[in-house]
Amino acid sequence: MTKEKKELKSLVVQGTVYQTNLTWKFENRVKWETPNPNYIYSFIPGTVIDIFVKPKEKVKEGETLLLLEAMKMQNQVRMPFDGQIVKIHIKKDQVIPKKYLMLEIKPLKLK
Amino acid sequence: MKKGILNLKSNFMSLRSNVLDLRKRKREVQKGGGDKAIEKQAKMGKLTARERILALLDKNSFHEYDLFVEHSAKDFGMESKILHGDGVIIGTGTIYNKPICIFAQDFTVAGGSLGMMHARKITKIMDHALKMRVPLIGINDSGGARIQEGVNSLAGYGEIFFRNTLASGVIPQISVILGPCAGGAVYSPALTDFVFVVENISKMFITGPSVIKSVLGEEITMEELGGARVHAELTGNAHFFSTSELECFEQIKKLISYIPRNNGTKALPFPPKPPKKGKKIEDIVPGDPRIPYDVRDIIKSVTDSSEFFEIMESFAPNIVIGFGRMEGDTVGFVANQPMVLAGVLDTDSSDKAGRFIRYCDAFNIPIVTLEDLPGYLPGVDQEHAGVIRHGAKILYAYSEATVPKVTVILRKAYGGGYIAMNSRHLRADFVFAWPTAEIAVMGPEGAANIVFRKEISEAENPEEVRQEKIQEYKKKFANPYVAAAQGYIDEVIEPKETRGRILHAMKVSENKSIALPRKKHGIPPF
Repeated sequence: MTKEKKELKSLVVQGTVYQTNLTWKFENRVKWETPNPNYIYSFIPGTVIDIFVKPKEKVKEGETLLLLEAMKMQNQVRMPFDGQIVKIHIKKDQVIPKKYLMLEIKPLKLK
Repeated sequence: MKKGILNLKSNFMSLRSNVLDLRKRKREVQKGGGDKAIEKQAKMGKLTARERILALLDKNSFHEYDLFVEHSAKDFGMESKILHGDGVIIGTGTIYNKPICIFAQDFTVAGGSLGMMHARKITKIMDHALKMRVPLIGINDSGGARIQEGVNSLAGYGEIFFRNTLASGVIPQISVILGPCAGGAVYSPALTDFVFVVENISKMFITGPSVIKSVLGEEITMEELGGARVHAELTGNAHFFSTSELECFEQIKKLISYIPRNNGTKALPFPPKPPKKGKKIEDIVPGDPRIPYDVRDIIKSVTDSSEFFEIMESFAPNIVIGFGRMEGDTVGFVANQPMVLAGVLDTDSSDKAGRFIRYCDAFNIPIVTLEDLPGYLPGVDQEHAGVIRHGAKILYAYSEATVPKVTVILRKAYGGGYIAMNSRHLRADFVFAWPTAEIAVMGPEGAANIVFRKEISEAENPEEVRQEKIQEYKKKFANPYVAAAQGYIDEVIEPKETRGRILHAMKVSENKSIALPRKKHGIPPF
């Protein structure tokens, strides 16, 4: 910790507001967001090897949407439920980081 | 007869030439990787392995072994190569006149790469250290496994890790990272008690930047990935950070002065000295539990000469750990730090304190706990990071420790935090509380909101009633006397009595002995 006088910040623990310093780790913690089931994010950084679907295409649960190569493994990204492709945010051969929005989908009853 | 005398003379002559030959051989090997490689090492701002050992140990105390060991690789053209000492120096010496075993990897010889004979030299000195019950210091400066030696190199690492584990808790093991330490090699330091790093010199990681880039597409420098600062502040892999090798050696010597040589002895006592006269202990801590102060000032107000040797200063600074002396004897301090995150327990601080408590317990160092915390840190990130299992480490470590344990509650002691911080219930030997102590399930604000929810919500002026109820709760529970009435606290003491009370508690605990159920070992939550 540095000796210089820093302005104290507030931290609430069980209803009480404490004056204190915050750590870099605490200030940069990832804020929780409720996941949107209609957004498919990359779970690992990697390269998009192939995309098998097009916008507006109807896809059944479990069908492979794309191949994401990471750690020398070709990972199949599958459709989580019956639905339709809304938007594709990636291109073939694109290198993407973790938690990158790859596809937008929406649920649809398929006959 | 004449012939015999002649023979004697020629024998004498040949012995002399043998000695000269030995000296020549030694000089040759002691050059390590040669002038060019040494120059390169200096350009990186690094000392050579030999210079490091000589700078760290007492003058003229170093004795080397296995100087003439040669590598055993037979493939990839290695058979014709000479690697002096196979890239590592081992030996014994003294620090403050007390024996230690040491090895230092020599980066000038094949990048300090670890081959079979290199590893065998290290394990030889490790075996010595364990057998002789003396501390082991390892200076790491190596490019990693010697690929030409294949699986023999891996075997070497495994043999080292096994011995690290075997010696853990028996002799102090100190790792000094003075260069790269990558891949499997990082696990030897990780298994040892204390890791020292130096800015711009130490580099530790499992997978380097180039592999990360090629596999994952993430670009990062070596320093950002596994530099000294990263390990001292973020990962918690390093215990001591310095800006030069010489500063690092001073830190090591200081540490050695605080700890015993093995688990069968106590740290050497120093001449007792009173704390320095400074700010009065009453004036350091603000009465309002929401206002912070530096708990290290409290530690310094009770230690000899007001000296405190802090460990892991920059990692999880919401808890403070380290050594001080009281009447000449080493004491381990664990203290919540209200200056950072209000002193809460979280994943990192529990981990940090838990391991330190186990260290103190293994090496017969009494533990003094200074308590002032609002509880565990709330947050999704904490819950998902496993604050339950990490937080359990501190409970486990305190409960398991059989060394004398003294707790002083300065102000807040709320909820799970109260239990975790060496409470009576975890078998603290002595629990003292200042009159400012608040031992309660939670702070008055939170408690009033729950206990008087109905009164507050139904009141005409809820905020006014809320404040009233907070005061009511404060009066009733935010003090040490409820816990003292139950005997959970042994005595409510004046702040200025703190040092005297701790000293007396230590004195009467000197022959502490407790019988534990027989077991092979526990299963701590790590």
